[in-house]
Amino acid sequence: MSELTTKLTAKDFASDQEVRWCPGCGDYSILKQIQTVLPDFGRPKEEFVFISGIGCSSRFPYYMDTYGMHSIHGRATAIATGLKSTRPDLSVWVITGDGDSLSIGGNHFIHLLRRNPDINILLFNNQIYGLTKGQYSPTSEQGKVTKSTPMGSLDFPFNPIALSLGADATFVARTLDRDPKHQQMIYKRGYEHKGTSMIEIYQNCNVFNDGAFEIFTEKGTKKQETLFMEAGKPLLFGENIEKGIKLDGLKPTIVDVTEGTANDLWIHDETDLTKATILSRFFDDPAMENHFPRPFGIFYVNENKSPFEKLFNDQIEFSKTTYGSGDLDKLLAGKETWVVN
Amino acid sequence: MATVETTLESVVIRFSGDSGDGKQHTGNKFTNSTALLGNDLATFPDFPAEIRAPIGTVAGVSGFQIHFGSTKINTPGDRCDVLVVMNAAALKVNLKALKQGGVIIVNTDGFDAKNLRLANIPEEQNPLKNGSLAGYDVKEIDVTKITRTALAGSGLGVKEIDRCKNMFVLGLLYWMYHRSLDNTIKFINSKFKKNPAIAEANVKVLNAGWNYGETTEMFAQRYNVAPAKMEPGVYRGVMGNQAVALGLIAASVKSKLPLFYGTYPITPASDVLHELSKYKNFDIKTLQAEDEIAGICTSIGAAFGGHLAVTGSSGPGIALKTEAIGLATMLELPLVIVNVQRAGPSTGMPTKTEQADLLQAFYGRNGECPVVVIAAQSPADCFTMAFEACRIALEHMLPVFLLTDGYIANGAEPWKFPLTKDLPEIPVSFAKERENAIDKYLPYTRDNKLARPWALPGTKGLTHRIGGLEKQNLTGDISYDPENHEQMVKIRQQKVDLVENYIPEQMLSCGADEGDLLIIGWGGTYGALKTAAGQLIEQGYKVSHAHIQYLNPFPKNLGEMLKRFKKVVVAELNNGQLVKILRDKYFVDAIAYNKIQGQPFMSSEVVQKMQDILTDK
Repeated sequence: MSELTTKLTAKDFASDQEVRWCPGCGDYSILKQIQTVLPDFGRPKEEFVFISGIGCSSRFPYYMDTYGMHSIHGRATAIATGLKSTRPDLSVWVITGDGDSLSIGGNHFIHLLRRNPDINILLFNNQIYGLTKGQYSPTSEQGKVTKSTPMGSLDFPFNPIALSLGADATFVARTLDRDPKHQQMIYKRGYEHKGTSMIEIYQNCNVFNDGAFEIFTEKGTKKQETLFMEAGKPLLFGENIEKGIKLDGLKPTIVDVTEGTANDLWIHDETDLTKATILSRFFDDPAMENHFPRPFGIFYVNENKSPFEKLFNDQIEFSKTTYGSGDLDKLLAGKETWVVN
Repeated sequence: MATVETTLESVVIRFSGDSGDGKQHTGNKFTNSTALLGNDLATFPDFPAEIRAPIGTVAGVSGFQIHFGSTKINTPGDRCDVLVVMNAAALKVNLKALKQGGVIIVNTDGFDAKNLRLANIPEEQNPLKNGSLAGYDVKEIDVTKITRTALAGSGLGVKEIDRCKNMFVLGLLYWMYHRSLDNTIKFINSKFKKNPAIAEANVKVLNAGWNYGETTEMFAQRYNVAPAKMEPGVYRGVMGNQAVALGLIAASVKSKLPLFYGTYPITPASDVLHELSKYKNFDIKTLQAEDEIAGICTSIGAAFGGHLAVTGSSGPGIALKTEAIGLATMLELPLVIVNVQRAGPSTGMPTKTEQADLLQAFYGRNGECPVVVIAAQSPADCFTMAFEACRIALEHMLPVFLLTDGYIANGAEPWKFPLTKDLPEIPVSFAKERENAIDKYLPYTRDNKLARPWALPGTKGLTHRIGGLEKQNLTGDISYDPENHEQMVKIRQQKVDLVENYIPEQMLSCGADEGDLLIIGWGGTYGALKTAAGQLIEQGYKVSHAHIQYLNPFPKNLGEMLKRFKKVVVAELNNGQLVKILRDKYFVDAIAYNKIQGQPFMSSEVVQKMQDILTDK
């Protein structure tokens, strides 16, 4: 990793390509926040690689003046695994969407998380297929009426956070396009994490699924419906931060903190997998009565699992120190030879 | 009774028994001892797909055939001179592979009521008793009983004792064919270093087999097979998959690039992975991915990062990799794709050989997506062609298909292996960094081979984006421009076509430069076709044989070669694939000769067919 003497700016990370997402798309904000945080890492831009699959979000690498690959549907995770394994010196980012990572690329996605190379995944979740013009996605709510499901979709949605925890991901977070500061904080934490960072971003598709996350972003509902988790702090939410989450054994309950119960509130611990699992299940339909707010922030971090590329290359080094660098002549001769005169 | 010594030019022996019986192992031991004696040889294992098929049944029969001799041996032999059968099912399956009057060495214990029932042979039709083997020289031995007797008091259990049975047969064959026991004893002692009782038992039974030949009067004949007149040099034995791995490693050394092999296990290609994974100290990095697609995609990632990237599979796996091969073609990155072909379509017959993925390699992708295709023709040739696949991929910055097949992948032959210093260098240069570059970097400029620069992530001043969308020439930016698309399609085709300037000309493997009939083949059929052509020439026919290793593009002189023969036959283990391409490219009225049985050609059937064609039957 090289150190820079002069700090780069967001502009240094913008390519000469005209950005071609629909006006008003949530992708613009994500691009801007990434271009804003990258200079803070103090590394030259040639050390960053953005790899994407297929979908609206996957155009992202073209707009970054870094190395990049706009690959094929669902496979960015596998390509990134190959690159990071062989080039641990690079900062590798996967840009993907809900269809790309959870439908066609679902297999590679879970296996990337299980292997845990030091790759950052930005999962743009807009709960719809945008590029193919409006079919339901694996994160769409059941009953979604779209071009391909005029009577409503039948399948239940994936919960990307729960799925990632189930695959033993070592960094699992959620942020949203409308909150630049929160995004930047999460991206920095994801970058710093040594292992795969799975960052789900609620991203509005204003053409095919406008307002999907309105309830979490609009003034009137935002404070009631969102729970911003901070390590070491109690889980609080509500219009006037009047509500909190308490754990009754393993059962979470919503309590009114104005009634003097503030002391036994659930204190967020990013390293507690059990609690992260419970939080990941705060996935209720907001229309339900007594539903839980939707958590944002870092659900879980595990710094104790070695990144895949380290284990991968350690074996190579171990083999070299144990057996010495390979001798091709010896290898070609094999164990048994004979001479013909 | 004195034994009669006879000298033979070549012998074919087939070992057969239950797949759990260790027939492959016995065959390999016999092969090693034979190779050390200086005979030329070729082997062919024939095993069921099931790891442990029901014991004693026809489905569970495993075979291993070796052809060795004092002359050049091109194939594992059509039919065998000696058939070893450890049970009734093995006889049922393999009798048709034995020559008329051939020797059958029978383990009589494998023909009891139970074994006959398992083989679905009614007891009254026991072939050892009903006279059906009258045309053969049957040697009935109760191998099980002799082995148990020899090891009585060894303290080993019945199971362990019975596992030594193969050693008896091996010892007997060593006696019959004058092979030394030394090498096998050395192997046994090293393999069972930690279990001297087992080692001792195996050696004891091996000696018992030898002594049985020496002392009983059952075997009146011993045979000498003199060392073959082979090109002087140092030799070793090699199997095809092993040779592929060695070729890739050699290319890694000669290109000074670490090798990355992303793959997913599949029969019959997995041994390439097994072999490569042993040599991490050569900077060989193997990744067993979650599926076939991830196998190739991790390799594409490694290629982007500057590794010599390879993926390997067999037909069904290659089908899954198709889209990614298209991506690699668009990216114009070097990538080697090894297809160890097996009988298809779909899952087909995983352990059986076929050459039916040629058109898949040529055309099996969406859009205009040409790739280089080359094929290995024998186990040892897998080394050369794997090395070549890497060389072409790296020098021309494109994907290269290497086709082998189950027959040569598992077959073995002596190999006069090269020295590192005699292998060509594969020069690779990456695009150089640019200080304070103001102008945009152009990743799709080209050299005289039309190869684009390999600009590695991490290199200053070369940041660029590549991808599967159509590229604008030079800049690599996304382009939907109609003229540009046509130009890029043509460039990618031309890039493959230009490879013809960097490959050897087509040679004839035997026969004159012109004549009545040219037999064309490719891949693992080399030995059978060459042998057949040789026999036809001896019979006075004006026949030649050419075996094509470079299939896309073809060698420059191929078209002209085809014109010098009155008839051209394309012999393939498929329903006619190369023949289509040759007809298309050269307007040649080629005759298709095909076999699609999951089995290699027998040279005798090729001879027969060619005679028919030559005489217009």
